[in-house]
Amino acid sequence: MNTLIEIYQSMSIFERMLAYVILAPFIGGLLAGIDRKLTARLQGRVGPPIRQSFFDVLKLFQKESVVVNKFQNFPIILFFIFTVLAGALFFGGANFLLTVFSLTLSGVFFVLSGFSVSSPYSHVGAEREIIQTASYEPMIILLAAGFYLATGTFNVGEIALYKKPLILALPGIFAGYLFILTIKFRKSPFDLSMSHEAHQELVRGLTTEFSGPALALIEITHWYENVLLLGIIYLFFAFNPWLALAVTFGSYLFEIFIDNNYARFKWQLTFMSSWVFTAAVAVSNVIVFGLIR
Amino acid sequence: MNALIFLTVFPLCVAVLAALLPVGLHALRKTIGIIAAVVMSALSVYLLIAYHDAGPLYFTFDSPMVDWCMFGVELFIAVFVVVFSIRHKRYLPVVLVVVQSVIMFGFDFTSGRGIQVEHNLFIDMFSIIMALIIGIIGNAICLYGIGYMAEYHEHYPEIKDRRRYFFFMMYAFLGAMFGLVFSNNIKWFYFFWEITTILSPLLIGYRNDEESIKSMFRTLNMNLIGGLGFAVGIVTLYSGSHVMELDKMMQLDKALVLIPAVCIVFAGLEKSAQFPFSSWLTGAMVAPTPVSALLHSSTMVKAGVYAILRMSPMMKDTAAANMLMYMGGMTFLVTALIAISQSNGKKVLAYSTIGNLGLIVACAGVSSPAALWSALLLIIFHAVSKPLLFLCVGVCEYKLNSRDIEDMDYLIMRVPKLAAAMMVGMAGMFLAPFGMIVGKFATLKAFLDQSPLMAMSIAYGSAATVFFWSKWMGKIMTIKYGVTKLMEHLISGWEKFVLAVFAAATLLVCLAFPLVSSRLVDPYVQSVFGTYPVPSTFTLSVIFGMLASLFIILPLGLYYYGHSSKEYKRVGTYFGGANIDELSFRGPMDRQLTAETRNYYMSKYFGEGVLFNIGVFISLTLILIMFGVVIL
Repeated sequence: MNTLIEIYQSMSIFERMLAYVILAPFIGGLLAGIDRKLTARLQGRVGPPIRQSFFDVLKLFQKESVVVNKFQNFPIILFFIFTVLAGALFFGGANFLLTVFSLTLSGVFFVLSGFSVSSPYSHVGAEREIIQTASYEPMIILLAAGFYLATGTFNVGEIALYKKPLILALPGIFAGYLFILTIKFRKSPFDLSMSHEAHQELVRGLTTEFSGPALALIEITHWYENVLLLGIIYLFFAFNPWLALAVTFGSYLFEIFIDNNYARFKWQLTFMSSWVFTAAVAVSNVIVFGLIR
Repeated sequence: MNALIFLTVFPLCVAVLAALLPVGLHALRKTIGIIAAVVMSALSVYLLIAYHDAGPLYFTFDSPMVDWCMFGVELFIAVFVVVFSIRHKRYLPVVLVVVQSVIMFGFDFTSGRGIQVEHNLFIDMFSIIMALIIGIIGNAICLYGIGYMAEYHEHYPEIKDRRRYFFFMMYAFLGAMFGLVFSNNIKWFYFFWEITTILSPLLIGYRNDEESIKSMFRTLNMNLIGGLGFAVGIVTLYSGSHVMELDKMMQLDKALVLIPAVCIVFAGLEKSAQFPFSSWLTGAMVAPTPVSALLHSSTMVKAGVYAILRMSPMMKDTAAANMLMYMGGMTFLVTALIAISQSNGKKVLAYSTIGNLGLIVACAGVSSPAALWSALLLIIFHAVSKPLLFLCVGVCEYKLNSRDIEDMDYLIMRVPKLAAAMMVGMAGMFLAPFGMIVGKFATLKAFLDQSPLMAMSIAYGSAATVFFWSKWMGKIMTIKYGVTKLMEHLISGWEKFVLAVFAAATLLVCLAFPLVSSRLVDPYVQSVFGTYPVPSTFTLSVIFGMLASLFIILPLGLYYYGHSSKEYKRVGTYFGGANIDELSFRGPMDRQLTAETRNYYMSKYFGEGVLFNIGVFISLTLILIMFGVVIL
């Protein structure tokens, strides 16, 4: 049971970062495949094979690059770089705030890519992406605050080796995080800015004008990001690695379940519900910490 | 010591020179401006080099002449305010000035007669940091102003050309700021404080139309209320302890020092435009751009937080300090929310300034090594990136005839260099790896150690900050393929030069962040608390690495996509198949419609009307509690 921890401890910070950079797309792609299969089954379809996501991305890379202006793919590359950096810093065990910085930076690049093409679909998508960012951002910061209050450090490496169950100290933070995880995974009911379904009113929202290799890169970035987000779930249960892995995978299934059971919210509801829910569970959790200290 | 006196007096000489110089001699004015800038910047850098390792140094500079001069100037200011206000038929300032004068002159001629002051002047790392900001940034803004004002009067022939008076006040302002940060004698501190009190409304009212006069008197009233607080603070301090020096005040017993400290903090809250006083800063945008830039970056508001940070160690761990912390946190949160609903560029900048000062005030309330560290970093980073943004919006306002964010579509295509400078400024304000965000998150740790409730203000406030900056960024970054009128030639070389200097300074300060921290900020924190926070080397190198890689990737990428990349197929924007050309499509009834997009402002949730009042209400309550807990 402790082998996972031993492997983690035996690696240097750079080895861990490298391991994430290499492994994350495979794990992320596999999870995306499971998502599609499971969703299909829930909807009474057979669904594609689990490896299909990889085939799709490989095929996208072979397509011609079609653009509306020649700079539009540049922010996408920066989006990719800084998302990978965020994940690598997280799995490397660095300061959690660095991950938050890097993730915000990459998110802004993504939004800018949507703005840079002058398509109204893409603009509305980008605008909604900002609203989504504003919706989940307080929770991400409170997450960092919660980890710090409970463990006394922002270092992911130390939080991961924390012996006591964090979930018992931070149940509110965990609940709030699960809520915004749906936004981060770009799942219904919060898939406002772009949807992996083909029937959105914004065509493809933020990514309307992106195709071929750029779209493939967006997809891969999404995989990297998903692995990072699931890694955060792991931290709450890190006292028992196998339990943690189980809960992490379970949360992913839970999000798929939510995705299939809710219709898309309006942005007003998305925004208000996430701020109010964050305030109710996460802020109260933090305040309780302040009182019992 | 001579350097300190020279730095205070020299700007005044420049001011007098500027006042005497006829308007026509534009080239000579520019030359004088450049010489003044070089002298003051060099001297502040010299201070840094000369006094870097010396710790706080105190100087006896005793001269009854100086005291009499100060008395004369104070009397002149009081009379001036009375006459000026009566001429404009405003009577509140008259009442305030009379009350304040009665207190101060009464104090001077009764108990305050025999004040023994050992050291009138001093210098420590904080003063040096402030001197660097005033000397370099303040002067750069004045320089910009020399070019700007000439065009301003061409643009608005109806406004009376009072340029001599304008530059007199700008340079006098710098002199007062230098004096303020070097004063150890609290009465001198107060004297320079009062000079900024009178100069800032006069600068704001430069246009002399109805709106500016209204803003001018609002500023004057609030400044006088703050000054009244300061005066009460001085009287209570001296009557309780017979001390009139900053360093001796620091060592006094808490019971003696708490009331004066809170009074001076109150004055500082007003100068730094915290709620409930923030309306003077948002009203200040009627002034010419250099004035707003000066007030926002290196002078007025920084004087406010300077005073608060000087007082904060004396209030450490008191209920009053907690109130200060909550007030700052609340201001940060509420102003960030209000900024979402604003489409006026200058107003967004003003609210962002108030919010960042709120964070600094909150740090003063926490008053731990980590908090002080981040407060100083915030002061430094804010001082470089804010004027850049102000100058950019100023250029937009006069050259593109709008300061509304909604009119900034395609800025990157119309005026690419201006847009790039603006991007640097905005990134400096809220994006990692630029400095501001580092300071902001260092405050998170400081707050969590003190009061977890404050995490909420950071969490929601930062989310709102990302919201309003990134939608603005998006607006100016929109690219339309095809012919767009390039308007770069409208910007004069003078403006381009100053913008380039500020953009470079912003990047440089961010890049030099480890150096800024270890050479400027750490020594001061060390001298106050005996220890300073040490960010891990790994974290620092990651931030530095991110910044350095952005420096390399961005130009390379732009060059690649602009010139080298050829393997793409360009198509028109998608309009559901109804395209006519790049921006228009065939709409209902076969009409040709143009696609336009607007940002979200969510004024239903974040409207200024409601939130502003909430801010005022909460802050008034907190101020009353702050006074209540120290008096009762």
